[in-house]
Amino acid sequence: MQRRIWVGALLVMAMVAAACTSDNGSEPSPSGTSGGAVNQRGYRIAVVTHGQASDPFWSVVANGVQAAADDEGVTAEYNAPTTFDMVAMSQLIDAAVASQPDGLIVSIPDADALGPSIKAAVDAGIPVISINSGSDVFADLGVLAHIGQTEEVAGQLAGERMKEAGVTKAICVNQEVGNAALDLRCKGFSEGLGFDAEVLPVDLNDPGGITQSVLGAIQNDPDVDGILTLGPTASTPAIDALDQAGKLGDIKLATFDLSTDVLDAIDKGDMLFAIDQAQYLQGYLAVVFMTQYLATGAVALGSPDRVVLTGPQFVTKDNAADVIQFTNEGVR
Amino acid sequence: MATEVAPPTAAADERVRKVGLLSRLLTRPEVGALIGVVVVWAFFAVVAHSHNFISWATTSSILNRAAPLGILAVAVALLMIAGEFDLSIGSILGFSGMVVMILVTPTSGGGFGWALWPAIAVSLLFAVLTGAFNGAVVIATRLPSFIVTLGSLFIFRGTTIAVTRLLTDRTQLGQLDDASGYELARKIFASNTTVFGSQFNVAILWWIVLTVFATWILLRTRSGNWIFGTGGAVDAARNVGVPTRRVKIALFIGTALAAWLVAVIQAVQFTGADTLRGTGQEFQAIIAAVVGGCLLTGGYGSAIGASLGALIFAMVQQGIVITGVQGDWFQVFVGGILLGAVLLNNYVRRRAGRR
Repeated sequence: MQRRIWVGALLVMAMVAAACTSDNGSEPSPSGTSGGAVNQRGYRIAVVTHGQASDPFWSVVANGVQAAADDEGVTAEYNAPTTFDMVAMSQLIDAAVASQPDGLIVSIPDADALGPSIKAAVDAGIPVISINSGSDVFADLGVLAHIGQTEEVAGQLAGERMKEAGVTKAICVNQEVGNAALDLRCKGFSEGLGFDAEVLPVDLNDPGGITQSVLGAIQNDPDVDGILTLGPTASTPAIDALDQAGKLGDIKLATFDLSTDVLDAIDKGDMLFAIDQAQYLQGYLAVVFMTQYLATGAVALGSPDRVVLTGPQFVTKDNAADVIQFTNEGVR
Repeated sequence: MATEVAPPTAAADERVRKVGLLSRLLTRPEVGALIGVVVVWAFFAVVAHSHNFISWATTSSILNRAAPLGILAVAVALLMIAGEFDLSIGSILGFSGMVVMILVTPTSGGGFGWALWPAIAVSLLFAVLTGAFNGAVVIATRLPSFIVTLGSLFIFRGTTIAVTRLLTDRTQLGQLDDASGYELARKIFASNTTVFGSQFNVAILWWIVLTVFATWILLRTRSGNWIFGTGGAVDAARNVGVPTRRVKIALFIGTALAAWLVAVIQAVQFTGADTLRGTGQEFQAIIAAVVGGCLLTGGYGSAIGASLGALIFAMVQQGIVITGVQGDWFQVFVGGILLGAVLLNNYVRRRAGRR
C-alpha cells in the first residue's frame, strides 16, 4: 500500500528529471573543462530579461543568445518571468546570482525594482552587461556596458531622415501615453526635424479609433506631410487613414519596430522607412562581449558612455525584401 | 460463539493497529507536501549541486521568493477549507499597491502627496472592502465563488489600470522612498537580515507568523471548527449553529488582507508598484494550497501544508534557474508537480477514507 505513495512521488521526480535532463543533454556540460569542440571555454552565462521567449520580439533575442553561445563555445541560460512582472524578475536575478554564473546579462526596464538585485550581483563579483532597456541607469548599478537602442537618439535620426525627405510639418503618433520611452522617441523626433512635431495621443487597443484620429489630424491641417508612429499597432491604422484620404505616398509615413504589415508597406512604397533595434544583436553581442570580458578582462565600450547601439537600423524599400527574409529566419 | 469470533477479532485488531499507525501519518493533509519538499529539494541538490544549490545564497533566494506566495497561500487555504475560492487576490494585490502609490505620489505627479502610513491605512481599508465585497456577493447571489471572484479579478485589475492612468497618465509609480514614514515601513515590511552573507527578507518572518497563527486558528479554536464545518458540510454546520456566512465573509476578507500585506511588502521593498503587479498570483496561491493538501471541495486542508506548497513552488522556480534549464520549461515543471501532488493527496485521502 505504502509503496504506491512512493510510486507517486517517484513519478513526479521522474517527470521533473525527464524535463530537466533532456534539456541539459542538448547543452554542453557547464562544468566541463576539457569538453569537445562545442564547449572549449566552459563559461556559464545567465541571461535574465523581462521578455518571454514566446514573445515574437524576445524570441529573436533568445535566438541571438543561443547562437552566440554556440559560436563562442559557452553555455548561456535564458530566463524571463512568465508575465511582465518586475518582482518575479528580480527574484530570477537573485536565483541566477545564487547559482554563481561566470557572467550575468540582464535587461533593466525598472531600475527601482531591479536595482538592488543587480547591485547584489555586482557586489558578488559577477560581471554584468545590460541589454535592451536601461541605457540611462546601468552605469549607476555597476554594469559594465549596455547594448541596445537609446530612444531619443533613434527618434532624432528618424527626424533627420524625415527632414531629408522634405518634411516640413509632422505628427508623432503615440499609442502609449505615459510610457517614458515613447515620450523620448517623440522628443528626439522633434530635435531631428529641427521643429516641433505635434504629438497625437491614440489608444493602443482601438485600431479603428487610431485611423479616425490620424484622418482627423491630416484633414484638420493639410500642411502635414510627415507622420511617425511609435509602433506597428499604430502604423497599420495610419496606413489605412492615408489610404482613405488618398494621400498614400504623399504624406511620408515612418514607424518604430517591425511587423509583416510594416515590411509589406515599405516594400510597396507606402511607407518611407521603419526603425528597427536589431534585438538579435543585443542577445548575440552581449554573450560575445561577456565571453571576451571573461577571457581577456576587457569589455568593448562602444562609446565613452559605454552604450553600444544596435539601432536605429533603417529598413527602407531598398532592403525590405532582405529583412523579410531575415525575419523568417528569426534573426530580425 | 465467543471463542469462534475471537481469532478474526485478533486478526482485525492486528490490522487496525497497523492501519492506525499509518493513518496517523497519512491523514495529516500536509504529509504529501512534506514528502514533496524533501523530494524536490533532494532532486535539485543532486542536479544543481555544481551550481551552488546547497548554499545560503540559494536558500535565501528560495525563502525570499516563497514568503509572499506563502502569505497568500495560507489565507487561500483557510478559504478553500471553508469551501470557497478567491481568484481575485492577484488583482487585489495590484490594487492595494497602487492605492498606496497614488496616495503618496506628489500632487505634481497626479497623486495626493500623502505620508506613507496614512496611505497604508487607507489601502488596508480598501482591501477589507474588496474582501467583504467578494464575500457579500457570493452569499447574496449564491453563485459559485469561482465565478464571482473571476469577475472581481477583472473588475479590480481594470479599476487599478483605469484610475492610475486617469490620475497619473502612467502605469508604473516609483520613488516611494521619498515619502515620509518610509524608514519605519522599510524596517517593518522590507528589512533584510544578513546571515552568512545572504540577505533574508523580513517577509519570511511574516510568513511564518501567519502560518502559525492560521494553524492555531484551525486546530485550536472554535473558529477553526467552524471553518472545517462550513467547508465539509455547510447545511449540517448551519443546523448546529455555525454562522457559515460570517465565516465565509471573514475568510474572504482574510485573503484580501493577505494580498494587501504582500502588496505593501512589495511596494516598500521595490519602492514602487505597477498596475500589473500580482498578475497570476491567485493561481500560484491555489496551486500551493492544493499541493499542500487542500481539497477543491473544501472541508480538508492545512495552513502548514499550504506553506510547504509555497516552498515547493519557490524551490522549483528558483531551482530551475539555478540548474540552468531554459526558463521555457518552468511551467512544465509546475504543472507536473501539481498533478503529482494532487494524485498523491487523492491517494492518501482514499486510503484514510477506506478505513
